[in-house]
Amino acid sequence: MRASDLLHPRPEGLYCPPGDFFIDPVRPVGRALITHGHSDHARSGHRSVLATQQTLDIMGLRYGEDFAGTTQAARLGETIALDGVSVSFHPAGHVLGSAQISVEHQGMRIVASGDYKRRKDATCAPFEPIRCDVFITEATFGLPVFRHPPDTEEIARLLKSAAQFPQRSHLVGAYALGKAQRVMRLLRDAGYDRPLYIHGALARLSEYYQSQGIDLGILEPATVEGGKDDFTGAIVVGPPSAFADRWARRFPDPISCFASGWMRIRQRAKQGGVELPLIISDHADWDELTATIKETGAEEIWVTHGREEALVRWCELEGIAARPLHLVGYEDEGD
Amino acid sequence: MNRFAELLDRLVLTPSRNGKLTLLVDYFRTVEDPDRGLALAAITGDLSIAAVKPAMLRMLVTERMDPVLFGYSYDYVGDLAETVSLVWPQTPGKLPNREPTLGEVVAKLQAASRSDGPKVLASLLDSAGISARFAIIKLVTGGLRIGVSARLAKQALADFGKVDVAEIEELWHGLSPPYTALFAWLEGKADKPKNTAMALFRPVMLSNPVGDGDLEKLDPADYAAEWKWDGIRVQAVAEGGIRRLYSRTGDDVSGAFPDLADAMHFSATLDGELLVGDPREATGTFSDLQQRLNRKTVTPKMQQQYPAFMRCYDLLQIGDEDLRALSFRERRGRLEAFVKTLDPGRFDLSPFVAFADWQTLEDLRRAPPHPIIEGVMLKRWDSPYVAGRPKGPWFKWKRDPHTVDAVLMYAQRGHGKRSSFYSDYTFGVWSGAEGEEELVPVGKAYFGFTDEELKQIDKYVRDNTVERFGPVRSVRADRDNGLVLEVAFEGLNRSTRHKSGVAMRFPRISRLRWDKPANEADRIETLQALLDR
Repeated sequence: MRASDLLHPRPEGLYCPPGDFFIDPVRPVGRALITHGHSDHARSGHRSVLATQQTLDIMGLRYGEDFAGTTQAARLGETIALDGVSVSFHPAGHVLGSAQISVEHQGMRIVASGDYKRRKDATCAPFEPIRCDVFITEATFGLPVFRHPPDTEEIARLLKSAAQFPQRSHLVGAYALGKAQRVMRLLRDAGYDRPLYIHGALARLSEYYQSQGIDLGILEPATVEGGKDDFTGAIVVGPPSAFADRWARRFPDPISCFASGWMRIRQRAKQGGVELPLIISDHADWDELTATIKETGAEEIWVTHGREEALVRWCELEGIAARPLHLVGYEDEGD
Repeated sequence: MNRFAELLDRLVLTPSRNGKLTLLVDYFRTVEDPDRGLALAAITGDLSIAAVKPAMLRMLVTERMDPVLFGYSYDYVGDLAETVSLVWPQTPGKLPNREPTLGEVVAKLQAASRSDGPKVLASLLDSAGISARFAIIKLVTGGLRIGVSARLAKQALADFGKVDVAEIEELWHGLSPPYTALFAWLEGKADKPKNTAMALFRPVMLSNPVGDGDLEKLDPADYAAEWKWDGIRVQAVAEGGIRRLYSRTGDDVSGAFPDLADAMHFSATLDGELLVGDPREATGTFSDLQQRLNRKTVTPKMQQQYPAFMRCYDLLQIGDEDLRALSFRERRGRLEAFVKTLDPGRFDLSPFVAFADWQTLEDLRRAPPHPIIEGVMLKRWDSPYVAGRPKGPWFKWKRDPHTVDAVLMYAQRGHGKRSSFYSDYTFGVWSGAEGEEELVPVGKAYFGFTDEELKQIDKYVRDNTVERFGPVRSVRADRDNGLVLEVAFEGLNRSTRHKSGVAMRFPRISRLRWDKPANEADRIETLQALLDR
């Protein structure tokens, strides 16, 4: 069979005709397989959802318990048959619960990566490369300019700045699912043991991470309820949008920081009024994307959401067949 | 190299002056010689390295990677130095155990000849990580553009050594990179460096604005008054055949004014205002003067059209005699005699303004006889010449600012304390025929309002946003809706860069006119009339 008979794009998302299911559909469908809990990949309203238990839990936290008609938890590495199509989930290293989805039928195996990264991350299981015929890779940072530095160096810069400016507070913008918890965990691993202050939008997800055995230390709400709390010298973590909002006015002369792979580009930091960019990404950088493509041994690469053209060009230079897969509806929520 | 690279990255994104000072002082404290001195020289523009052209940089990188991938990258990033620093291919395992220091990088670049410059640069880039590569490329392409003036760097040195910045300025032109003796003194490990160089800058004396009630306490008989000329403050120093013109912060600006420097046939230090024109005939306006400012080189035509001259108001030194401890009255006497000996086409004397009481002076201040006069200066007859801004001996009493009623058009989020406030405002006035009026932007202001007013404007901006572009919001502003701001400014210049054709000097918000309908704001013709005056 041809690869495009096993999986191909439809307006709702990536569709598998023999198995009658979609991967990360952007509209409500009958049967959805979901790679991870970011809202552009995991939407509510499907009749049935198959995902890892942690992804199901996260969807429940975000959308309420009735986010889908029925749910089924996929165990990592376990093969599930859907109308004769073998499906299995494998860790993607993106955020807690994230998985690649392998779809196999009549000797043809396609792996959809979802979003992934290769760096060590104490808040989720590491990516496992899966041999396959076709590898569908994300390309969020699919340009040779994206080379993420070690995350420990970035956290060291944050701590250095906190020591340099002890009268000011540091506001770290980080997306609520994954990045925020990773930043908190990195701070703990670097020996920072003071309480971390968090925006309300992070509370439930952070609590869930802690319940899954990921120690984030003492987290305090960044509220001013108890009179005039003093945030002098504090590190505050919140969603990036909150820092442009009136919410941020409670902090003394804040230094705005943003933990994201986009911070690699100075102009991005400048435009966003970011004083201390922290290049911490939950996506593979250019070198990881190209190395992963080689590791999967795939003869054909489909490139989706991101800067497809550069990665397709690289594959051409390497003699690997590649084409962009024009899927719509995926934003960069995860970074 | 990494510490220097990190410093550059932090400085460029840190908007507050105090934040920049903290970063610089920390750097001077933690980095050893000669790296800290070389970094200082790079920031103040005193580091000389043979330049590498952007085209050469592009060639070096496309020899090493696919030009198509480089093209995609450059299109995305938009900045050549940054793109090259990011995409430069790094062979794993080829990176040396330690990255080169700033001192090693500068030494290699300075030793490179023109022909092997690109090769030396490439090998340096091979040996460095991303941040260090960016810093190296910035060094060789010239112009760090990190928003730190030489003046701010000197202030950081003063903070670091807990000395007055005037001491640094006075020493500065006798020193050279990597400033080892300077740092040793600032750290208390050695005596203050001795100045042996000729024609050095003397830190200037500055004035305080006249505040409410200041004059009532003063006796007019104790003070002399002069016009306050709206040129640039300049210090002319000639000694031992060396001639220098310094700005008020001690930057050497002689190169931009060779016509004036050539006329300095004396051995003395003069303080005065740099203006254009011929002092015997006519003094040029500020727009004329602007033609001569911020230029690296100046054509003979420019020198002929807008000749520079100096209107002298103080004399600090003649030959070996330091006059600064004398009274203003005595110095003025010496100055009057001295100016007579100079080229009258290039030097004249700042005239006194005669007055008997403050009211007379007030009337004169309000109606000065020349457009380039921006007020009056008051100087105590018995005051010595003291560096800095002592309170009492010198006052500036400026003409009242112009005001215009303009409509708020765009608002941009501020930084630091103001990062959650829309605090930078672009405003416009009406232009076009009746019935087809349009707002045309005439300026931008980010101070002049109280904290309470800031909150009110911020709320107005959030409630009346039409469009967003990153940190900027476009605010509803038409004939029937809009917030009128009374904007005060010191003067207007013609501008080819702005659509309105005018550029304001020192604009600030003087009042919020919640009461005034947008269609009653001023028209562009009101401003144009000011230009033609």
